[in-house]
Amino acid sequence: MKIYQTLVAAFSVAAVLSFAAGSAVAEPKDPDLTDPRVKRYIVGEKYSGYVVNEPETRDIQDDDFQNPAFLWVEQAQSLWSKADGKAGKSCESCHGNPEVSMKGSSASYPKIHKKKKTLLTVEHQINICREEYMKTKPWKWESDQMLGMSALVRMQSRDMPVNVNVGGEAKPYFEKGREFYFQRRGQLDLACTHCHVDNHGNKVRSEKLSQGMPTGFPTYRMKWQKLGSLHRRFRGCNKNIRAQPYKQGTPEYTALELYLMWRANGLPVESPSVRK
Amino acid sequence: MAKKPRIKTPATAKQGEVFQVKTIVSHKMETGRRKDKKTGTNIPRNILNRMEVTYNDRSVFAAHMEPGISANPYVSFYIKATESGEIVFKWTEDSGAVITETRKITVK
Ligand code: HEC
Ligand code: HEC
Repeated sequence: MKIYQTLVAAFSVAAVLSFAAGSAVAEPKDPDLTDPRVKRYIVGEKYSGYVVNEPETRDIQDDDFQNPAFLWVEQAQSLWSKADGKAGKSCESCHGNPEVSMKGSSASYPKIHKKKKTLLTVEHQINICREEYMKTKPWKWESDQMLGMSALVRMQSRDMPVNVNVGGEAKPYFEKGREFYFQRRGQLDLACTHCHVDNHGNKVRSEKLSQGMPTGFPTYRMKWQKLGSLHRRFRGCNKNIRAQPYKQGTPEYTALELYLMWRANGLPVESPSVRK
Repeated sequence: MAKKPRIKTPATAKQGEVFQVKTIVSHKMETGRRKDKKTGTNIPRNILNRMEVTYNDRSVFAAHMEPGISANPYVSFYIKATESGEIVFKWTEDSGAVITETRKITVK
């Protein structure tokens, strides 16, 4: 199988990048698909990266205390009610309690912004609120503040099914995202689909490929030793096949996020997840 | 605004009760063996090398930590409730910097 061989080649390269820390990892055990913890993350033919996680990694995600992502979430909880900027406002001034105002909202992102008529992620919207409504500086995409706030907002949709709209004004973005997903790129000439659709469940080196679902982001990744965004993961997957990555927040990655969320429609949001 | 340590202790406990304490602290735990990609030199080691916990000034838990410990270390242990008072958590970094947190407990 030609693609599989290319994949293994991809991972001989990626191995240097990703697995330097733990080459002596034991063979991943096949998940017990009847385990209720795993079952929550399988819907029909779809499953999230949680399912291919090692049981030890799942234990950490399942305990909000042990999950290091909550160090960022807790920081965001204090930022939520802290006034910042010329308007003298905090998130709380307009949105009150996030557990109420943000409940379920991120499950339908990215979405078309009503006034701006363009496709935006949760992170873009947070920066619109900061720049236009609070009159303060936007947060950098991969900053602790943005990652924590994104996690705080997204976790208000935990266990709710992803439900993005890809029709109407969102349609051209969706088409663009789909095109990106099937486009071969990089020196290894691979598309997202070759790994995450054709080969999910297959083991390459010590890593087991999942369907590459976006439902757990921002995610605490052991390799990063910190919280990281979905667009950072896109960059990683682009670099592993030696393709030029885009910047976080670009229209390309935003459209790709919409396509991935559409693939995930029906799966529960699990932000902030924990991954290897 | 820095990320604060997260600590879980009960606000109240029964006399003689053994309760679990959970702690997680934000720290890079720089091993000293990673190379700076730009300069090619090793990034100096800077880890939390010691964690100490006192309960009304009595030592109840201490750990010596090594560079093999992951970033943002999670530590959990048990304490027996004897009297109302304060539990003080202290982490010491190679640089000498100290992080401390205090939790009150009422024993009935
Ligand atoms: C060479 C194979 C390969 C290609 C091509 C690839 N990925 Fe990945 N991707 C991986 C591996 C390995 C992982 C980590 C294990 C897993 O969850 O599959 C991963 C993880 C992910 C995750 C995280 C899943 C989770 O649960 O945390 C997302 C999202 C993702 N990829 C998206 C993409 C997108 C979008 C593309 C195309 C731009 C892409 N990948 C291309 C190999 C690949
Ligand atoms: C002055 C009022 C105001 C402040 C302050 C404010 N926002 Fe908003 N926010 C809005 C409005 C209005 C919308 C609706 C979309 C729009 O008009 O851009 C919104 C929308 C949102 C949404 C999308 C909700 C949804 O259901 O789609 C998120 C997430 C959000 N804000 C987060 C934040 C965060 C985080 C902060 C603090 C850093 C913040 N906002 C500060 C007014 C505010």
